[in-house]
Order: sequence, then structure tokens, then C-alpha cells
Amino acid sequence: MLLEVRDLHVEFKTRDGVAKAVNGVNYSVDEGETLAVLGESGSGKSVTAQAVMGILDMPPGRIPQGEIFFQGKDLLKLKEDQRRKIRGAEMAMIFQDALSSLNPVLSVGEQLGEMFVVHRGMSKKDSRAKAVELMDRVRIPAAKERVGQYPHQFSGGMRQRIMIAMALALEPKLIIADEPTTALDVTVQAQVMDLLAELQRELNMGLILITHDLGVVADVADKIAVMYAGRIVETAPVKEIYANPAHPYTKGLLESIPRLDQKGQELYAIKGLPPNLLNIPPGCAFNPRCPMAQDICRSKVPPLFDVAEGRQSACHFWKETLDA
Amino acid sequence: MPEPTSPKDDLAVSGAGAGGAMDLAVAEGTSLEQPPGSGKSDKARSLWSDAWHDLRRNPVFIVSGLIIAFLVFISLWPSAIASGDPLACDLAKAQQGSQPGHPFGFNGQGCDVYTRTVYGARASVTVGVCATLGVALLGSLLGGLAGFFGGWFDSLLSRITDVFFAIPVVLGGLVFLSVVPGTTVWPVIAFIVLLGWPQIARIARGSVITAKQNDYVQAARALGAGNSRMLLRHISPNAIAPVIVVATIALGTYIALEATLSYLGVGLRPPTVSWGIDISSASAYVRNAPHMLLWPAGALAITVLAFIMLGDAVRDALDPKLR
Repeated sequence: MLLEVRDLHVEFKTRDGVAKAVNGVNYSVDEGETLAVLGESGSGKSVTAQAVMGILDMPPGRIPQGEIFFQGKDLLKLKEDQRRKIRGAEMAMIFQDALSSLNPVLSVGEQLGEMFVVHRGMSKKDSRAKAVELMDRVRIPAAKERVGQYPHQFSGGMRQRIMIAMALALEPKLIIADEPTTALDVTVQAQVMDLLAELQRELNMGLILITHDLGVVADVADKIAVMYAGRIVETAPVKEIYANPAHPYTKGLLESIPRLDQKGQELYAIKGLPPNLLNIPPGCAFNPRCPMAQDICRSKVPPLFDVAEGRQSACHFWKETLDA
Repeated sequence: MPEPTSPKDDLAVSGAGAGGAMDLAVAEGTSLEQPPGSGKSDKARSLWSDAWHDLRRNPVFIVSGLIIAFLVFISLWPSAIASGDPLACDLAKAQQGSQPGHPFGFNGQGCDVYTRTVYGARASVTVGVCATLGVALLGSLLGGLAGFFGGWFDSLLSRITDVFFAIPVVLGGLVFLSVVPGTTVWPVIAFIVLLGWPQIARIARGSVITAKQNDYVQAARALGAGNSRMLLRHISPNAIAPVIVVATIALGTYIALEATLSYLGVGLRPPTVSWGIDISSASAYVRNAPHMLLWPAGALAITVLAFIMLGDAVRDALDPKLR
């Protein structure tokens, strides 16, 4: 297994108390595999990724328990300078907003080349040639002429390609893409996702795709982990989850996608709001919003039940949900 | 730059079925490739080249720049426009007004006011430039480190700057300069740096804290950059603009401060030639011989104004929010 997150907890100290952002997350990604992590804002999907990358701000963040195994080593036991060598070279991250994730005062060539200067000790001149090569690879037209330009001179899609190029520069084993297409318009989204999927296949990397867009996931992911209030509520291979969800929350998410055959009807929405992380409801965190909630849901936290081979659901009534 | 536009065309046609929508999509696709206002030029433009582009067209910058260039010239080569000796005085001519060869008249000691005004520029420009450099270097170094690392160093530095802000400038100058001996510009510069760095440190600290929170700093970290690289390459260039602006404006006030201290008799002292000294000695005779006061005072005012105008122009060019 390339990456294995075991029972990860992350909390943040705030003025009003301790916010439990991640509460016992388990997931794993293999080489060449794509895991999509789905969830609303505040469900802990980005925080988990930041903990894996080691870029969580600590304090106020804290990891009270859990293990993150990457190529057999527990990252949480490594020293900061060892982790720094892994970041960028072995695992890399693509951020949501490519404009704000690129330094406005450095040309894109300098920023791409920096990867080789930092990790490979390359000279400035050689790193520039590498930058052009990378820009070609992510299909930026006229790479040679544009390598000296600044981020604001590129369109949104081109900027995200540059972010992808930076992440791929050293051919890492694992890429974490945190909502890579959210800031782009729909046609460009598809182009960027295709490019990412293609490069992943080519380099046989593991990919963690963090998103709240179910449409993006369907084409590229192998398996899905749905997160709610800092926990994984359902994991499954991508086809099965679309065909027949085993958790009421997943079901609600799928039903709230607009569909062509529902023209004229009101769009379904999950009632209520995600829970306050300072005060997560007892029992199943989803119970106040769940149409199927019973007494047991308010008292007992559901463990992850094995639904089928490679498929789990954290719902007391997963059988009923599947059958419904 | 030709981005593949075919998917956009497809969508516009199948989605709306209207030619207008297609034109719009295509127009958008092309306009995105050109940053607004870049016109035909495809040259790379950074914040600094943008700022320089703006500055060159700003009349305030041109006027202040010419005045400052002239000041720098006469402080380096005063003899180029004043043939006399500023220390050659003839008491017989004391307080006499303008006459051929001596357009500004004579001062109380019978020295030529024109020559002394020209030679006085050197002290003012030296103090202004050196003090500003010292203040900017010390202040941005300490403030930048405090903002980046935070913690106890930041708390300590913040309290130290508070202490310095509580010192009254003139009183502090009287004490410091009567303790530190010497008649040259260096004790004055040292005093201004000592008193001025907390202002820059605060600004540098604030702007480093702001820059530190930018996504690209986080992104650089996620791609394996260490502390020194983040601070030097990703934070400093994005945090330096406010420091430059405040330092340029402060340069003018430092020149005025040098004149104030010299006027009080603790800054520069004769035989150094300085506008502050001349203003001080002329002030007693302002009713009988106002020319003795007005020429050095006018030169001082124009110099301070030129540097403050330069600071204003630099601020306009570097602060995108004011555009």
C-alpha cells in the first residue's frame, strides 16, 4: 500500500473550545489508484489531506492520535526536515485556486524551476529548460515563449495546468488534489481533469482527489470515501456507490444532483446544516438531518460495517438504505 | 495564445443553440489569454516593471526625481555651481544683501549664503539617505523575522518597539547627541536609525504576516520549500512594497529632523556646513536680514518636499488598491 491513514484525529484549539475536525479517519491509496474524498465544506477532507502533507498549522492544529504510513514509514514520527524532503519529491499537492497558489512576483518558469533547484540542486539555467519541458507536458502552448511570464498573464485553466506541472515536476508517488477544478469553468474543468488522469496513468501515481463535486468523481475515481463531520461514513468502489448508496448521507448527496429526467420538479436538498465541530451531536453525527434516524442513532456511534467486498458504511441501517 | 477552443464551441452550440452564445464563448476564451491593459505587448510584466511603467508617466515623480537628481549632483560636486569657499568669511560684509557675484547676500559672519546653501545639501542628503538605508535594513530585518517566526521573539520585539515609540524625538536627540561626541554626520545618522527602525519594523512585521498567509506560501511549503527559501523568495518580495513606500516618505522627514537637531545645537556642528546650522544662526536676525534665513530654509523645504513627493509617487505605483 502506498499510503495508509489509520485512525487519524485532528483537532484545533479555538477560543470557544476544541474543534474536532477529523475524528478517526481511515483510508488507503495504492500506486496508480484514484481515491475520491467527498464531503461538504467543513467535513474534514482538506484537513486530513493537510495532515498527510504535513502542512497543517500546529498550533492551533494538533494530531492527538493516528498514524500515516507512506511507503511503510509513519510520517508522524519523522522529523520536520525529513518530511520536507518527502514533500514535493515523493508526495505533492495541487491546490484549489491556482491564481492565489502561484507567487505573483515570480515568473512561472522560476516557480517551476524552483522544484529542481530545491530538491535536485540544479542550476538556474538547467531548471529553466526543465520548466519549459514541464509546461509542454501539461500542454501549455508556446511554452518556450511563455516561461518568463507571470501568473496573472495566464488564464485560469492554464494556471491550474502550471500548478499540476509543479506538483508533477519530480514525478512523485502520490498526488493530493484539493478541489483542483472548483475555481474553473465547466469546459476547462473537464480538460484539466482529463490531463490529470492521463498523467496519473502515465506515471502510475496514487491520486487523492478531494472534491464536493460528484460529477467530477464519476469518470476518474476508482473508489470513493464520503466524509461527514470528520469521519468517513461510506467507502465503496465508484460504480457501486452511484448505483446503490449504503448511507443515507451519500443517498442525499446523489439525490441532490440535478438530473435531466427531473425537469420541472423541485431539486432535493438535505435538510439542516452540517454540525458545529465544537459540538458534534452524540451518536451518529448525521442523525439530526437523517430521514431514517431512530433512537439508536442518537445514542450509539455507528462503526464502519462491512457491506460488501471493499465496501463499508457507518450506518446502523445500511441494509435498509441499500434496499430502499 | 491559441487555447483549444473547440470544446467551448461544442458546448455553446449544443447548449444554447444560438450563434450569439457561441461568439460570446469564443470572445471570452481569447480575452482570458490577454491580461487587461496589456495591449499588444506580450512582454512579461512583474509588479516592479508595472510600477516603473506607472512612475515614468507620473508628473509628480518626474518633478521630484529631477529635484533629487540635482540635489545629489550638488552634494557630490558642489564646486560645479559654487566657485567660492563656504568657510571663507569676511566680517566686513556681515548681513549684507544681494550684490553682483553674491546673489543670496552674506550671513552674520560675512560668509556667502549662496555657497553655503549649495554646500549644505551634502549634509542633508547624506543624513537622509544613510539614515533611511539604516532604518530600512534594520527595521525590515527585525520586523520580518518577528512576523515570520512569531512566538516569543515577536512579543519581545513588539514591546521593544513600544518603548521606542514612547521616546520624544527632540528630547531623545538632546540626550543622545550630547552623550555621543563628534561633529560629523555619523552620530546624527546613528540616532535617527536608533529611533526610526521601530516604525519600519512594525510595517515589515505586519506585511510579512499578511504575505505569510497567502496560498502560494502554503503551496511552496507543500512542494518542499524550507523556511529560508519561503522567507526570501516567496514572502519578502511580496512584503517589501509598504516598507519602500514608508522609507521613501520618511527620508524627507529625516532630513528635516537633522535640521531640527542642528538648529538646537546638538546635531551637526560648525565647521560642518548644514542648512540647520545656518537657519539656527540666522533666526535671531530674521527682521533685519531675512535673506540669511530664507535661502537655507527654502532649500530645506524644497528638499523635504521633493522626497515626500517621491514617496507619494512610489506609493501610488506600488499600491494596486489605490489605482
